[in-house]
Amino acid sequence: METVPEQTRLHIPIPSSRPGEQPDFSDIEVPNAGSAERPDEGVDPREIPELASTLIRVLNKKHEAVGPWAMDIPVDTLRRGLRYMLTVRVYDDRMFQLQRQGKLSFYMKSTGEEAVSVAAALALRSGDMFFPSYRQQGLLIARDRSLVDMMSHCLSNSRDSAKGRQMPVMYTWKEGNFFSISGNLGTQLPQAVGWAMGAAYKNQDHVAAGWVGDGTTAEGDFHYALTFASVYQAPVIMNVVNNQWAISSYQGVAGGEHATFAERGLGYGLPALRVDGNDFLAVYAATQWAAKRARQLDGPTLIEHFTYRVEAHSSSDDPSQYRPLSEASEWPLGDPIERLKNHLINLGEWSEEQHQELYQETVEKIRAAYAEAESYGTLTDGPRLSRSTMFEDVYKEPLPHLQRQRAQMLED
Amino acid sequence: MATMNMIQALNSAMDIALRRDPNTLILGEDVGYFGGVFRCTAGLQEKHGLHRVFDTPISEGGIVAVAIGMGVAGLRPIVEIQFADYVYPAVDQLVSELARLRYRSGGEYWAPLTVRMPCGGGIRGGQTHSQSPEGIFTHVCGLKTVIPSNPYDAKGMLISAIEDDDPVIFLEPKRLYNGPFDGDPNKPAVSWEKSPQGEVPEEHYTVPLGKAEIVRPGLAATVVTYGTMVHVAKAAAEHANIDAEIIDLRSLVPLDIDTLVESVKRTGRVVVVHEATRTSGFGAELSAQIQEHCFWHLEAPIERVTGWDTPYPHAFEWDYFPSQKRIVDALKRTLGV
Ligand SMILES: Cc1ncc(C[n+]2csc(CCOP(=O)(O)OP(=O)(O)O)c2C)c(N)n1
Ligand SMILES: [Mg+2]
Repeated sequence: METVPEQTRLHIPIPSSRPGEQPDFSDIEVPNAGSAERPDEGVDPREIPELASTLIRVLNKKHEAVGPWAMDIPVDTLRRGLRYMLTVRVYDDRMFQLQRQGKLSFYMKSTGEEAVSVAAALALRSGDMFFPSYRQQGLLIARDRSLVDMMSHCLSNSRDSAKGRQMPVMYTWKEGNFFSISGNLGTQLPQAVGWAMGAAYKNQDHVAAGWVGDGTTAEGDFHYALTFASVYQAPVIMNVVNNQWAISSYQGVAGGEHATFAERGLGYGLPALRVDGNDFLAVYAATQWAAKRARQLDGPTLIEHFTYRVEAHSSSDDPSQYRPLSEASEWPLGDPIERLKNHLINLGEWSEEQHQELYQETVEKIRAAYAEAESYGTLTDGPRLSRSTMFEDVYKEPLPHLQRQRAQMLED
Repeated sequence: MATMNMIQALNSAMDIALRRDPNTLILGEDVGYFGGVFRCTAGLQEKHGLHRVFDTPISEGGIVAVAIGMGVAGLRPIVEIQFADYVYPAVDQLVSELARLRYRSGGEYWAPLTVRMPCGGGIRGGQTHSQSPEGIFTHVCGLKTVIPSNPYDAKGMLISAIEDDDPVIFLEPKRLYNGPFDGDPNKPAVSWEKSPQGEVPEEHYTVPLGKAEIVRPGLAATVVTYGTMVHVAKAAAEHANIDAEIIDLRSLVPLDIDTLVESVKRTGRVVVVHEATRTSGFGAELSAQIQEHCFWHLEAPIERVTGWDTPYPHAFEWDYFPSQKRIVDALKRTLGV
């Protein structure tokens, strides 16, 4: 029998730290806010490869908005952004708690990543179509979806727009141009490209935006999306949310060791922006840039949002098994809510007292919404929709064999 | 002997395979340092080395493709697909490549992969964490498809699968990982500790692929099933006091037709039970083969109890999951009582 080689020539990527070790982010270069150039939206992607490697940052240490990406964002929009981000955070905390109490079968938080979706939603128009992953609840909240409806989905109750068919957080909201979330990773990014091709075909100026995680960029679907977006110059924004982790696998396992995720775009001839995902103003500005480019038919953009998944992957996960717990507090790019709050305070448009008040209001709002949502039922206690509804929507009309199966089930 | 749940039994099988054959390795999403989302590979990386149990990019097609290449290079890869529901991006590599490699190369090339994946529902996983896609694989010639229903079989069959030079799709009913399940979600969970099938030898042994097991002898009717449904069917027959013989197929391809035929010739009545959807499910193949071999012995039409032909609905999981009651009703129909 051969002996097992102790050493191997095979390269296996390993993260900078594991449980019991000091978190180590020394590999991460954080360029100064304001240092990245801002080209015209019609730029030839070949002229801006460095934007795929740097980090577009607007907010500096003194909480000022600096550099060419500091746009003239109305203060009211900034305050709305803050309110929405806070709503997402409080909503996540509450829903997670309810999962722990057995009210929800499952939950996924987006803590620390609120700016990625909220700023994007505010930079886009209501006619623009979202193809999110499961961690973009901020898109719904920033488009003012009813919290009661969101919770009703998570409870699979009688008011659930997904009719009890999906696990919690797999929202669907056609009225808000928010596509039905799939549990299968990556599948929807090329669909976003197709939707954008459809908009161009129909001579509309709508833009599609899709989101995938760093881990998901390894799926073939990600590469389908980049190829088709490039070939047809589709008006689409493809967002990679690099929150450093894919369950227990750090971003190096997805190929982040040797190139940034934004740099993936360069080989496809796409303009690619790498953005500080915890900087609301930077995410807003990059999205606005990409949207303008798409609307004037200068083509698609790939955006990497550099951020950190502060909490567990999901309610089924225990990150203390695979990363130092103190990593989150040492993340060099701070917290998106704190940073926007401090910016507004710096502008003289906000105060700690107002923030505390807003927080209390938000907690109250979420509490009231949940009380109402629960009145429409919970997964365990009902009321739910009638079980015979599970045979609907497999096809437009139930086929004869499904009608028979339904009758058989109801006989039981 | 040790007491093991199914996760520990699978872990033990892989541990032994890694120890015995330096060309064996494990790859899949989150299987390395973390030890898998269901913990099936826990501790194996630390014990056997970084390069023998490692995390892959999230790319099921890529995982199976590189495993085929490694197999051709003389290695014996064990692939974990995190959920059977996520195997579809790998279907081209499994169907067009892995399954036909030996055939299309005139026997020159092959890749001895074992592709493990948790399957089945009953865990509130909704449509993307509950599927039973065995029928997709049994339809593909060149693949073996097996599905154990207890820790003892899981370990013995996994060792057989790994040592097999043909590719094996190894389905693991996740509802059985921690204990047997009789189909009643309101009962407290039972662990494998109380079951004789949770008694698992610590050393190497095999359970051959292609041998069914009669888990409950009986004379009135034959229930042909596999996976989680073995336990549900057994409990159903016991509770209804019906003298049904319960056969756990364990392996779908190759199929132990002899054990089936022998039983059906004795009972003359058959109920086929699986959790997967009905139309073109493996139950259709079983019904066809049983009537081909036993037509003149059948006293009643063959009954099928299956998942409905809908995606697995989150809130209506227990209306979807084939219940003891549905099995008993089918038994009564076939018995004419
Ligand atoms: C096709 C497919 N494979 C595997 C999974 C299981 N899975 C769910 S989330 C996840 C990690 C995704 O990580 P990433 O893309 O970085 O997104 P994040 O969770 O960090 O937001 C995995 C492997 C899945 N849902 N779909
Ligand atoms: Mg991630």
